Amino acid sequence: MSDTEAPAIRIRGLVNRFGDQVVHDGLDLDVRRGEVLGVVGGSGTGKSVLLRAIIGLQRPAAGEIELLGEPIVTGEGELATRKLQGRFGMMFQDGALFSSLTVAQNVQAPMREVGGISPVLMDELARLKIQMVGLPADAGAKYPSQLSGGMRKRASLARALALDPAVVFLDEPTAGLDPIGAANFDRLVSDLQRSLRLTVVMVTHDLDSLVAICDRIAVLVDQKILVDTMEALVTNPHPWIQDYFHGPRARAAFETARHASGRPA
Amino acid sequence: MAVEASEHLNINVQGDRLRIGVAGAWTLTVAAGLDQRLRRVAGGAEGDADKQRARNVVIDAGGLTALDSAGAWVIGRTARSFQDAGAEISFEGLRDDFAALLNAAELGEPDVPIRPARVNPFVAVLAHAGEAVVSAALVGRDLLGFFGFTLVTIFGLLTFRRRLRGVAFINQIEATGLNAVPIVGLLCFLVGVVLAYMGALQLERFGAAILTVNLVGVSVLREIGVLLTAIIVAGRSGSAFTAQIGTMKVNQEVDAMETLGLSPIDVLVMPRLLALMVALPLLTFIGDILGLAGGALIAVMNLKMTISQFLTQLSLAVDFWDFGTGMIKAPIFAYVIALVGCHQGLKVSGSAESVGQRTTRSVVESIFIVIVLDAAFAVFFAELGI
Repeated sequence: MSDTEAPAIRIRGLVNRFGDQVVHDGLDLDVRRGEVLGVVGGSGTGKSVLLRAIIGLQRPAAGEIELLGEPIVTGEGELATRKLQGRFGMMFQDGALFSSLTVAQNVQAPMREVGGISPVLMDELARLKIQMVGLPADAGAKYPSQLSGGMRKRASLARALALDPAVVFLDEPTAGLDPIGAANFDRLVSDLQRSLRLTVVMVTHDLDSLVAICDRIAVLVDQKILVDTMEALVTNPHPWIQDYFHGPRARAAFETARHASGRPA
Repeated sequence: MAVEASEHLNINVQGDRLRIGVAGAWTLTVAAGLDQRLRRVAGGAEGDADKQRARNVVIDAGGLTALDSAGAWVIGRTARSFQDAGAEISFEGLRDDFAALLNAAELGEPDVPIRPARVNPFVAVLAHAGEAVVSAALVGRDLLGFFGFTLVTIFGLLTFRRRLRGVAFINQIEATGLNAVPIVGLLCFLVGVVLAYMGALQLERFGAAILTVNLVGVSVLREIGVLLTAIIVAGRSGSAFTAQIGTMKVNQEVDAMETLGLSPIDVLVMPRLLALMVALPLLTFIGDILGLAGGALIAVMNLKMTISQFLTQLSLAVDFWDFGTGMIKAPIFAYVIALVGCHQGLKVSGSAESVGQRTTRSVVESIFIVIVLDAAFAVFFAELGI
């Protein structure tokens, strides 16, 4: 494949604005293949806008975006990323599962679009994805309204993974989950990332997730983005970053992580 | 003996040794294409003899360049089915990362149904009929309860123990009344035209073309004005009530109201109900006038009458109670439409789909009740002799 060398995502000079409010101003970002990138930033710094721009749901005012080596030109009408169908998956914040379909049918929806897959195999694959994301096996026959919030997130992840995408976008995957559920979800993402060799881009405010599974962290500040490892960011002098990584919650998260890594496995 | 040789799959049988070579990129589309083939090999459909003899199965994955979970599933399933048949199975040249994926792509519980259970269609039809009857009865009971609830609330408003939300009330009058004037006016005018036109054609044969005015006057004022307006409003505003309240219900806004000590009946239902009771009679009046105007247009154009002749004949044909019976019905129809619309809205549960279903029901139910009530009124007024 020609795109094996290109970074998973390459953004140059991205500008997004709504009216006269500039959200991103000349933002550059490279996401490497196979890494887990956490995106953080204060409210209104355009985390979701960045995600929507990458997957082609939002037309940027200026700049270039390449996803898996393919330029994303967000035109009118058809989603520009349609030709990349199946190469990336998105898990929306509240799941965005199709409410009139069962969980299994939701997972099968993208497979149906591919065509040429026998119903028997589709059933097996749906069962596989559902169990991979840690849902009870009988969840496949249920409708989204019959599931809890955490289960809906897992079902949404199963649908995002249906076609074995190279890149997965997660929008606040652990928001609204209890700490145990959130920790399980972190472990799930990290396991799947390793076994399916995924590139993961996740918007999150969960410091525990950031510490636990992210290889690098992208911080949205001053309409730009700053990407670095957790260790390097902690010493960054920018006031917002200082506040973010040195607040009481951050300290607690680091503490937990240190204990966890210190303990013999 | 080579049984199969292709770019991705290569099957060799030597005595009791079966060698399955997998090569290239085993991703979803490739796996889907070879799925049937491997199923037949593993299921022994190629000849049970082969399967029985295959005591020793080697999967040669040396040529595998890419693997996704679909490919891993198909290969893993094949391997496991040989294992279950008692064969010795081994992998050759399998890369570590592919081995990890093969392990990950295994089902803990392979036979759990993932489709909702199917039932006997005859039983399903019977059950559906039974459910429909019971639910119709329950809806009737609920609606009656809701009717009582709104009456109590209106009584509370009249005795100043509750407060009407003025802004919402005015807003709703605008949305349900003022904004509906063009469509109600236009449709009533057109129906007036049609009625006069058809009436004139028939009555001319008896030389009684003048009676077209009586026909249009009585039918528009008594029935068509109010009925047509009520049906338009049910489709336009009744459905809007259900959708608005239903969406708020899905977003838990209604729950939020309750916790803040606000009664959804006061905040959502009363302004809509009272606003429609003001708006519908006004719309009916406009509908009546434009329906008559439609009749007048045809009388002037086709029957060569003048406007003053038309008005004189109209004043002979109708009395106050022709107009009165129509107008009396308007607030009652409004009450029914708003009651059903709000009731269905508050019954929405959970999903966006439910909003759609409830909206449909709301329109069907309110139009049904409006027409049934209209028939009852017709009999009632006839008995009274007005």
